[in-house]
Amino acid sequence: MDRIADTDTESFLIHEARILDERRWEDWLALFADDGWYWVPIEEGQKDPKQTVSLMYDDRRLLETRVRRLAAGKLHAQSPISRTTRTVANVTVENEDKGKTIVRSKFQMIEYRRDKQRLFGGTQWHSLSAIDGGFRINWKKVELVNCDSMMDGLSVPF
Amino acid sequence: MQAEPAPNPRELIQPGRVHRRAYNDPQIFEMEMERIFGRAWIYVGHESQIPNPGDFVSTRMGRRPMVMVRHSDGEIFVIHNQCAHRGAMVVAQDAGNTEEFVCCYHGWTYGTDGKLIRVPLQHGYPGHFNPDDPGTAMVKAPRVESYRGFVFASLAKDGPALTDFLGYMTTSFDDMIDRAPDGEIEIAGGVFKHAFDGNWKLYLENLCDAAHPLFVHQSSIEAAVEQDDEVHTDGAGEVAVRQMRQNGAPYKFWLEEVGIWTYPNGHSFLGDYHDDEKLVAAKRDPVFAEYIDTMEAKKGVGETQRILEVTRWNSNIYPNISFMSQFRQFRVVHPVSVNRTEVYNYSFRMKGAPEKMFEDTVAFSNVTNGTGSLVLTDDLETYSRIGIGVNAGGAEWIEVGRGYETDRPGENGGVEGKDSTSEVYIRNMYDAWLDYMSTGEDAS
Ligand code: FES
Ligand SMILES: [Fe+2]
Repeated sequence: MDRIADTDTESFLIHEARILDERRWEDWLALFADDGWYWVPIEEGQKDPKQTVSLMYDDRRLLETRVRRLAAGKLHAQSPISRTTRTVANVTVENEDKGKTIVRSKFQMIEYRRDKQRLFGGTQWHSLSAIDGGFRINWKKVELVNCDSMMDGLSVPF
Repeated sequence: MQAEPAPNPRELIQPGRVHRRAYNDPQIFEMEMERIFGRAWIYVGHESQIPNPGDFVSTRMGRRPMVMVRHSDGEIFVIHNQCAHRGAMVVAQDAGNTEEFVCCYHGWTYGTDGKLIRVPLQHGYPGHFNPDDPGTAMVKAPRVESYRGFVFASLAKDGPALTDFLGYMTTSFDDMIDRAPDGEIEIAGGVFKHAFDGNWKLYLENLCDAAHPLFVHQSSIEAAVEQDDEVHTDGAGEVAVRQMRQNGAPYKFWLEEVGIWTYPNGHSFLGDYHDDEKLVAAKRDPVFAEYIDTMEAKKGVGETQRILEVTRWNSNIYPNISFMSQFRQFRVVHPVSVNRTEVYNYSFRMKGAPEKMFEDTVAFSNVTNGTGSLVLTDDLETYSRIGIGVNAGGAEWIEVGRGYETDRPGENGGVEGKDSTSEVYIRNMYDAWLDYMSTGEDAS
């Protein structure tokens, strides 16, 4: 049963979107648990990230490397950088179990880079644990409506 | 306004250099579509995609939408995805199984061999209309051949047999297939589809380029080198970080340990550059030990050793595929326009191998060929920068002369570079390019 999430949960997602828009990559990484993971499937309804490729699938180790590369700012694929603007909405709580809350939300991200503007959108899922005064992301899964389409490179996480 | 005269392909090639018009001239691109993609053997798919009669997949030959289909008698046809009536694309799905193809527009119905079998409301057509005319069909590519499951088609009625076209490069396919304990591989694990604003030739020109990783991939090499190996991984991140570090192999290594070999018709392969024993040769990986045991049980110790001693990185089959056997990656290049290219990247699963090996293939695919990869994104950016740069009109000639004076005849025919950083494989592709392009009559 889905119900509208409380304002703390919604605030957290808005906060995360803002951190990403502001390219505060290390702050974003700090939101994840020590064994947290981040996943952008390539197929609708993709069951798992191990037997099928993914647009992005980062365990904590690879997520750190991804963030380090972005934060160092030397990647050609981000010269010039992408400017992004993200909107989060329809935030619902799907499940609560053993201190972990599964939150579903809708998002849109506009990315602008080198005279091209792209629009991404879809459903994102967060598994959150409450920690003192905030949340920790156990995992985040981003289902793009165009996950299996032809795309130019994706260097900015959603 | 007067149209510019069509350029003469011969005038675009000089020893060790290529005119930039090869990359930015729409007339050259149109010629390439007719004379190369309309004539050469073009990879269209793998038999594992269509195991049963009636199975089909949508594919492409250059810009042409095609369908690869297994007919009721088991034969594979590659047919133009175009209705003979008013031209609608008939097959709209990526893949499926069917007894016949029915056009959505007026119901013309074709067999899985492309033959027209039913025309509703047939009375109104003029006297010359003949549903049995082979031209009144979803027209078949005149030639289709497979090499051990890899299906190629050609739009030219005549030409070399597929194995003659592939030549010594059949050994790269053998390498990929023989590594499977059951001697069979299959497409599995999804497909990446990525695109860039650049010419189609840039893709293969990069895949055997041993001089680029230290520059193009510097950001991911540095980020991976600094990565703390104590941090949690479920295995995927470990494969990724190790691979990114390997891209930073010292330059000396590329010069002394890695080779580049080229063969007729534009084909080539790059030697392996890995010194990480867990990653590719994986000698110290427990899963690889299990794999070797399986191989030895099925193929014998000697044959297993012979198979695993082959260490090739990317094998390029001109004009449109590049694959590597050790992680079973297979890229297919589709030109869209002179400055737009799409690439499909497939993974293959080895039948009979430990399941975990395919997980490593998936992790490897994500990091090297993924649309959101930390590595590929910098390659795509480079192609797009070339797509802009060649229009600047500064230097008229593109330099592809690296190693030109030290290339030498190779052991199995063809020419090899003195070391892996030779651009011999690009010059070799242009030899083939000129062969195709300077033969005047269009095949289609
Ligand atoms: S266009 Fe196909 S039946 Fe008319
Ligand atoms: Fe590269």
